[in-house]
Amino acid sequence: MPRFLLTRISSGLVVLLLVCLFTFVVFFALSPDPAVQICGKNCTPELIDQIRGNLGLDQPFWTQFFLFVAGIFAGRTYGDGAAAVECAAPCLGYSFQSSQAVWDMIVQRLPVSATIAVGAAVLWLLAGLVGGLLSAVKEDTFLDRFTTGLTLTGMSIPNYVLALVLQYVLVVRLQWLPFPQAVRFADDPVQWFGNFVMPWIVLAVGYAAAYTRLTRANVLDVLRENYVRTAYAKGLPQALVWRRHALRPALTPVVTIFGMDFAGLLGGALITETVFGINGVGKMAADSIARNDQPVIMGVTLLAGFLVVVGNIVVDVVYTAIDPRVRVNAR
Amino acid sequence: MTSSPTDLTGTKTVAAGTGDTAEAPAATQAAGALRAGAGGTWQALRRDTGAMLGLGYIVLISLVAVLAPVLTAISGWNPYEFDQSAIDPNLGGMPIGPWGGMGAEHWLGVEPGSGRDIFARIVYGARVSMGIALSATALTTVLGVSLGLVAGYFGGRVDLVVSRVMDFLMAFPALIFMIAVLSALPASNRSALLVVVISVFGWPYLARIVRGQTMSLAQREFVEAARAAGASGTRIVFREILPNLRSTIIVMATLAVPGYIGTEAGLSFLGVGVVPPAPSWGQMIAASVKWYAVDPAYFVVPGTCLFLLVLSFTVLGDRLSAVVDAQEGR
Repeated sequence: MPRFLLTRISSGLVVLLLVCLFTFVVFFALSPDPAVQICGKNCTPELIDQIRGNLGLDQPFWTQFFLFVAGIFAGRTYGDGAAAVECAAPCLGYSFQSSQAVWDMIVQRLPVSATIAVGAAVLWLLAGLVGGLLSAVKEDTFLDRFTTGLTLTGMSIPNYVLALVLQYVLVVRLQWLPFPQAVRFADDPVQWFGNFVMPWIVLAVGYAAAYTRLTRANVLDVLRENYVRTAYAKGLPQALVWRRHALRPALTPVVTIFGMDFAGLLGGALITETVFGINGVGKMAADSIARNDQPVIMGVTLLAGFLVVVGNIVVDVVYTAIDPRVRVNAR
Repeated sequence: MTSSPTDLTGTKTVAAGTGDTAEAPAATQAAGALRAGAGGTWQALRRDTGAMLGLGYIVLISLVAVLAPVLTAISGWNPYEFDQSAIDPNLGGMPIGPWGGMGAEHWLGVEPGSGRDIFARIVYGARVSMGIALSATALTTVLGVSLGLVAGYFGGRVDLVVSRVMDFLMAFPALIFMIAVLSALPASNRSALLVVVISVFGWPYLARIVRGQTMSLAQREFVEAARAAGASGTRIVFREILPNLRSTIIVMATLAVPGYIGTEAGLSFLGVGVVPPAPSWGQMIAASVKWYAVDPAYFVVPGTCLFLLVLSFTVLGDRLSAVVDAQEGR
């Protein structure tokens, strides 16, 4: 088990390093010169050279890449003298546009993105598991076909369209929900809840649909297995067969997908946060695209990569705990 | 690198693509290859109302996309023309008339603020949506099928390399990376860039399934017979194995299209896709966000078109895979 974990972690680190390199190449090779951007108006060639020097942009590619990776672990200082800018230990870069280290910007907004991700995850897990199980139990009935239709619709509706429809219907027309305002949970729980309900629903719908289909397909597959027939033949009551024999193998794949989806969402739901004007990591990334604030885009990409890799490892570990077949293989 | 545990147990996985999640068809068991031909599939599909409705809408939108210049000539407005007489400057550029200014002059109303004709923009936007999604599907399919075939048939070191690359790409935060790449690249020829970027991250989902099926098909008698008859590796792969993968490829491609339509629209929505003033449905919806409370027709029109197109492809793909599965005796 520890050796298995070690291989997973080291391969995860390789993926991360590659993500880092990929992203770095893209920004190094393809993007317009950041020094020109920072320089702004009243720029002179000398000033640009000076900024380049300060940022280390005059160094060769591999030196720059090394400095960047080293900065993540040890922090780094941009420039020198009075103009020096400190970027502390997990240094993912420095946004000269907002005069803040990218890591600090992310940390400020991560709780908001986490709130959205957790709320949505609860909704889609509940809806997906219940929907999928019901659909499987009542296979080929009206309920099953209705659920299937609903899941196809849910998978097809783009989340920004759904967001606009919900906002228009629930807020503007019916006025069931208040207009979003930035509040703390402690100050005004009702408004806070009102702010987050729609993003939760919008994010959850697509996943709920996919999970319903996955759960239904898995449960139906497992119910056709020989050992389930054996269990019935032994005379076990249906409830017990389901609880003891059918559900666990049917639901393990859901765990895998869930870990990856949830980890992906933690890194910010760009579209949903943008539409609802919620100040999370996703909206920060979207805003940075508009302003061409590259260090931020790069930082968020790395964060997302990190979360996906960690999510994968966590899933694998959880998997060995719940699925005995994998446990044997993984030793 | 990151072969997820689902591969070990052989259960189905969801292709967690780019935000949209679509269920990979249960066609992983290739053994019982195609016996019924394309005719049987078509017969079964024709009796399915949902699949036919979806196909009808797809054909309609394709026609609209192809005939865009003709249609706008009939309607009298091109997508870039400003119509100041259709908006009310005293109301901040709100369209004059109910339903966002719909009427005989502007069939689907006008954009608030600029007065551009929404029908014309929808019609030309269909070109973008369909064009990009279909090109991306074509490129993904070519990449996915050829790499999957090669990895599955030749195995060994080739398989190792291809599989590693696939694992890496699938563990990659694709959407955010696409955004990063597109925002860093210059804005010229975005459509081609979108196709390439979407395909680079899209092919592993098809290649993984093709690889698995190829591996099992390679053990079958007819492949062995071909090999004994002295056929070359390339010939076996393309003449003997590929035809047996036809239904899988068609199903996977159909199921991939809605994801790519959504991805293109999403990227355009975020401002890294198709560059204005060229119209795209996602971009139109993005522009309507500011106006949703006062001019709902502005988001309802492109939103409905987009939703129906994605739904049509999803339903068609779903039914197609059900039919194919039934034929393969699952």
